[in-house]
Amino acid sequence: MIEEKFDAIVVGAGMAGNAAALTLAQRGLKVLQLERGEYSGSKNVQGAILYADMLEKLIPDFREDAPLERHLVEQRFWMMDDRSHTGLHYRSDDFNEEKPNRYTIIRAQFDKWFSQKVREAGATVLCETTVTELAQDAYGKVIGVRTDRADGEIHADVVVLAEGVNGLLGTRAHLRERPKPDKVALAVKEMHFLPRETIEARFNLKGDEGVVIEAAGTISRGMTGMGFIYANKECISLGIGCLVSDFQRTGETPYGLLDRFKRHPSVAPLIEGSEVKEYAAHLIPEGGFKAIPQLYGEGWVVVGDAAQLNNAIHREGSNLAMTSGRIAAEAIFQVKSRKDPMTADNLSLYKTMLDQSFVIKDLKKYKDMPALMHTQSQSFFLTYPELVSRAMQNFLRVDGTPKVEKEKTTFRSFIKARSWSGLFGDAFRLARAWR
Amino acid sequence: MSIEPSVRVEDKLFYNRYLVDAGRAHIKVRPHTKPSPELLSMLKACPARCYELNDKGQVEITVDGCIECGTCRVICEESGDIEWSYPRGGYGVLFKFG
Repeated sequence: MIEEKFDAIVVGAGMAGNAAALTLAQRGLKVLQLERGEYSGSKNVQGAILYADMLEKLIPDFREDAPLERHLVEQRFWMMDDRSHTGLHYRSDDFNEEKPNRYTIIRAQFDKWFSQKVREAGATVLCETTVTELAQDAYGKVIGVRTDRADGEIHADVVVLAEGVNGLLGTRAHLRERPKPDKVALAVKEMHFLPRETIEARFNLKGDEGVVIEAAGTISRGMTGMGFIYANKECISLGIGCLVSDFQRTGETPYGLLDRFKRHPSVAPLIEGSEVKEYAAHLIPEGGFKAIPQLYGEGWVVVGDAAQLNNAIHREGSNLAMTSGRIAAEAIFQVKSRKDPMTADNLSLYKTMLDQSFVIKDLKKYKDMPALMHTQSQSFFLTYPELVSRAMQNFLRVDGTPKVEKEKTTFRSFIKARSWSGLFGDAFRLARAWR
Repeated sequence: MSIEPSVRVEDKLFYNRYLVDAGRAHIKVRPHTKPSPELLSMLKACPARCYELNDKGQVEITVDGCIECGTCRVICEESGDIEWSYPRGGYGVLFKFG
């Protein structure tokens, strides 16, 4: 056993864990952070978009040396059927600002940098160490962790569980349930390398400008899911994800889906001639507000993906992770400053503070969206994209058909596919869940 | 709909770096005569195609190409079909980009 006792142990070095470890160390606490990867970042997978505001709260001058890819000036939403996409694009020169709001990043590289900041703040970061279980006293209070190292038990006043979406430790200690197949999505992603100029030409970009494409429709084969294409400096992150329960139900393969997405006529020209350098897969929490587990207890708190804190509608996760990590650390610091013990009662401050933040407020706003998207996946991901595509084509193709007839055809195709009550029901349910 | 060319997952995994912990598989399939529906679904749902059917119709796993996503844990751990842990510290997939 390692004799040294810490104020806090942080398990995991992703966005949430690094935010927590950094904040605790900045406040002068004695922190040990444990990471199972070769270095912080080597096990972490994300699209990835970085939200500047949440990082600024931790490292105000991060733009000086963080490995950022491109600042985003354009967002494209694509509704796809097998041969087309209907797009909603927003591009603004306002995003070419002194302190841009969103960047693409490459997680393994970014997290390595973030971890260096954690070390500089005074935390001890121990990599290549897998935490196997929580150490608990006779009353169930968490008093530390056990690792796969020989002298494996380490003690601390509080353990911050930033162990990611799979959060084994919390489940093993019966602090929360394992995520259910209908509450997590499996996403697969490839990194496509191309010369910088090629990427800038294909995406209409100058300098470090970046673009993001989020795509939904028949590409997910009737499952609840989305594709994404993010422009980095010299590579494109391209991937697709669907609910695990949908993969289970349909027998679709994740790599088959990815392959079809890549061969789509709207996507293929963007990556033509690229060299693929990595293939990754990752789970994404999709259950929203209703899937959030118990967030604190005797001697522990849980943050980030392990707490299922992900906004599936806005595709935001890393910022919720960072914010929950920071807030948990601030709560721990307050308890510590009062010289109070790390009991569940005292640590409930973390939940109180998180409830007041955008993290819980946003998730609460969309609390009914996951259920709607998951039960109506055929309509939202197959029927409507096909209808919209037919309507657009009908609108644009000039073939001598009178416009009145064209409109009637489009109108009838919607009624036929979803019926009056179906259309109104979908609109009503969507509006209610969005409210 | 055109016929899909078969996607070779092995080629995709070849891009990745791994440090294989020989003899210490981090995922184990419970011995069985007839696989459960959950276990069978892994033949397709596993993004690294680690699960395969042997000639006796049982599901087997080779973890060397595992990208540690946890999909099989979510589907198969509750029923006891598999035991799932992370690899020992430093072992397993090593993402350069993530």
